[in-house]
Amino acid sequence: MHDFVEALKFIVHNGAISGQPALPSLTHLTIETLKVGAIGVAISIVIAVPVGVLLGHAHRGSFVAINVGNIGRALPSLAVLAIGDAFLGLGLTVVEVALVILAVPPIVTNAYLAVDGVDRDLVDAARGMGMSEAEILRRVELPLAVPLIFAGIRTAAVFVISTTTIASLAGFSGSLGDVIANETSYHFSGVLGAAICVAALALAVEGALTLVQHALTPRGLRIAQPERAAGRVADAAIA
Amino acid sequence: MALAHLAATGPVIPDYASQSSSCVVHNHLFCADWISNNWSRVLWPALRGHILLCLVAVSIGFAISMALALAAHRYRWIERPTILLTTFLYTIPSLALFELLVAPVGPNVYSAEIALVSYTLLILFRNILTGLRAVPAEVLDAAEGMGMSRGQSLWRVELPLALPAIVAGLRIAVVTIIALATIVYTIYDAGLGVPIHTALGEGPFKTELIAAGGLTILLALLADALLVGAQRLLTPWARARVS
Repeated sequence: MHDFVEALKFIVHNGAISGQPALPSLTHLTIETLKVGAIGVAISIVIAVPVGVLLGHAHRGSFVAINVGNIGRALPSLAVLAIGDAFLGLGLTVVEVALVILAVPPIVTNAYLAVDGVDRDLVDAARGMGMSEAEILRRVELPLAVPLIFAGIRTAAVFVISTTTIASLAGFSGSLGDVIANETSYHFSGVLGAAICVAALALAVEGALTLVQHALTPRGLRIAQPERAAGRVADAAIA
Repeated sequence: MALAHLAATGPVIPDYASQSSSCVVHNHLFCADWISNNWSRVLWPALRGHILLCLVAVSIGFAISMALALAAHRYRWIERPTILLTTFLYTIPSLALFELLVAPVGPNVYSAEIALVSYTLLILFRNILTGLRAVPAEVLDAAEGMGMSRGQSLWRVELPLALPAIVAGLRIAVVTIIALATIVYTIYDAGLGVPIHTALGEGPFKTELIAAGGLTILLALLADALLVGAQRLLTPWARARVS
């Protein structure tokens, strides 16, 4: 219990330790963590969503789209960062490359499953109404697929926060992980305080993205098929 | 000249084998001789510890998830709180969760296993439950009509039919845990994170980084392949249908 009290004091003091000036504040490190993570997620979205959506629209490449997700899970963050460090040396670029390598797979897999899983009858009806392929994609498939696509982005975002803190173990500096990796300067109370902040940050991001996902879900889908939407997310987990 | 400079200012590689090759001294990308000299002293103990950590975590996680899923299969209200709690645990970044457990439990193998187990629960629970619920109602009716008790129906009909979903969950859980176990070294001296940590502290020493990182990835792929093989052996009917 004592440990937690000291850790909370560390958080309340915003990471300042008496007798040691010049250490970055917790607020600063939190913002840095979010910044590094946001860049990684943004690049991953730009790469992964179009690939997953187009494969899903064509109903092709299910083997690739689904297995890329499984392979992504097999890559340990620390090993990817360490190998990147061995080849190129660890800077922001290598960290971002590692984040993208780890975040692209879940987004591709979910985007593929989302578009591939849109009711074929609806797509046929849209085609019968004379919609072009681009219109079908933009006006039928994408709106229906948004919730599940976003679920993939949410998974990736939490994954990215976790990996950004782990980057500190590999010697990268500029995230809340710096505190956890440096028990010598911060003592255990600081490490524990930073761990609490990291956990809170991940939960906050997950919560915020869940709200965004809810807001992006078409109203008809929200009212008509709560059961079905939930079932589809579970399917994605199995794949 | 350049080489002499490198050797003078390069990373300090401990002289374990007392015959460090020039490859090791100059920290080239990959030195096969270092691997063969240090396999039994460094890499194999780390790999063995890694496998043990993961086996224990997945076994305990599987037992807990199976119990929870069977309970939720029978009593529906159990599902929601379990999903909420396991999602909460799954969302906490590994590095943070390990430290959060050190405060009450201490920096030992128990903290490591509790954290690893907690990451398996969401995946396994959700997959086992989805598998059990996907068994068609007609099949259950048939089992009942044949005079099977509820226990017999579960054991001989529902679980076998849910097996593909259960194995799918196990594959994800095993691969995830193998990846996460590299972080265990931060609180407990075991697993493939140990040589990665040592190598990072030495410059970094590239051969050891690539060897330990590569072993982690190979272990995950091998475990995944073994589970796919096990599933094929355990569900001969599925194979018959496909071919």
